Amino acid sequence: MSDQTSEDQIEDLPLDKLALDAWHRAQGARMVPFAGYEMPIQYEGIVAEHSWTRESAGLFDVSHMGQLLLSGPDLDAAVEAVLPIDLSTLKPGQQRYSLLLDEEGGVLDDLMVSRLDDGSLYLVVNGATKWDDIGTLREALPDDITLNHLDEQALIALQGPKAAEALARHVPEAAALTFMKFGRFTLAGHPVQIARAGYTGEDGFEISLPAEAATEIADLLCGEPEVKPIGLGARDSLRLEAGLPLYGHDLSPETSPIEAGLLFGINKRRRTEGGFPGAGRIIREINEGTPAKWIGLKIDGRLPAREGAEVFDGTEKVGTVTSGGFSPTLGAPIAMAYVAATYAAPGSALEVEVRGKRLAATVSPTPFVPHRYYRGS
Amino acid sequence: MRYFTDEHEWIDVAGDVATVGITDYAQGQLGDIVFVELPAVGTTVEKGKDAAVVESVKAASDVYAPIDGEVTETNGALEDDPALVNTAPEGEGWFFKMTIADAGQLEGLMDEAAYKDFVASL
Repeated sequence: MSDQTSEDQIEDLPLDKLALDAWHRAQGARMVPFAGYEMPIQYEGIVAEHSWTRESAGLFDVSHMGQLLLSGPDLDAAVEAVLPIDLSTLKPGQQRYSLLLDEEGGVLDDLMVSRLDDGSLYLVVNGATKWDDIGTLREALPDDITLNHLDEQALIALQGPKAAEALARHVPEAAALTFMKFGRFTLAGHPVQIARAGYTGEDGFEISLPAEAATEIADLLCGEPEVKPIGLGARDSLRLEAGLPLYGHDLSPETSPIEAGLLFGINKRRRTEGGFPGAGRIIREINEGTPAKWIGLKIDGRLPAREGAEVFDGTEKVGTVTSGGFSPTLGAPIAMAYVAATYAAPGSALEVEVRGKRLAATVSPTPFVPHRYYRGS
Repeated sequence: MRYFTDEHEWIDVAGDVATVGITDYAQGQLGDIVFVELPAVGTTVEKGKDAAVVESVKAASDVYAPIDGEVTETNGALEDDPALVNTAPEGEGWFFKMTIADAGQLEGLMDEAAYKDFVASL
């Protein structure tokens, strides 16, 4: 028995330990290399953890992600030269999805940008790309812009329909946040920044906290009856059901955000004004369309199609799967793939090849499982 | 008599027929199993070479033939209920039965006690 596919890992580099490393092991986690860290892939099992998150609330340690703080004179203009974001409409307390693009419009990373009260910007970037991102940003931003890597901060996501009631016992004010809003609060006596956001499609929060308080806060939140720790395995199956892209798989320098369906990551004013890396190609693609599109596939039977599986219309290869697996919620295999635009309409009947076998697949709208973000009552 | 491989397959020998599956340790490592791809009856399998594929929620994993031989029967129950590999890996969750081309190959495998020590050392 041996794995055909391995988890993301950075070869030959010593692995870093998370602030919660000992805590994960004490909870029975199986640790694997991921993005340069030893990370918990599962505790009791992926399906149980997945279902628990959909029904109750899960705590995810995402401290491998990069937390950056940008400040300095004329910050907005400097950052708008690097990201296709409209910062004139990003007010304190608001968070927005954005993209780090190369000069050809390929995706270097996807990230969250938040406006702090003092006007500075707080960014959360992917763990596997954070060092490259820091280099890219440092090189592109003027010298008088300060970039702080907040590597003394841990990051915990609390996700699921019961996340809000569990968190409210400790931070009552956080219940008033709506999707993509954040604030600064006190949790167990520690200063924390809490955003109502996440990567599961469920309502939930991402909590930035001092690393030295991580164990205390993880214990406190997992002491709530609604909350259990959830590993990377379920994080991946949850985000796949939610139709959310994973950098390094669904997004890369070879993909453009327009073919990936991430037009919302190019803010409206920037679509006409340009002035960001790759703007020429991006604006052309917005106007003319792209040869390929990133779409969802529902696959007949039970055999999952994984990343790299080829997509066919008859004998013609029309695309490639970038993420695929078994959906615990639907009890069936699902996948995301780039396919030629002519086959991208929901309902298109295609085939996916797995180990020489053709599986019937249907282009499906995403998310596969509806999002349940909290946008206010 | 039951033998074990260092790739976490088991092979149970009764007369000239052997039954093959994966161990409890293996299913624990794989997690929730959603699909098992079994070799067709009549397939010739080779010791140490791919014989089946197990798909868990997480990933696809190869299962190797513990010895040379020909597949004579496969476990149809796994088609409807692949989770049998999780719940009864060393019983109802068996994969396939095969002939024993060379009984000498069994001697290179571990017995239950040796396999237990091997797993404890991982």
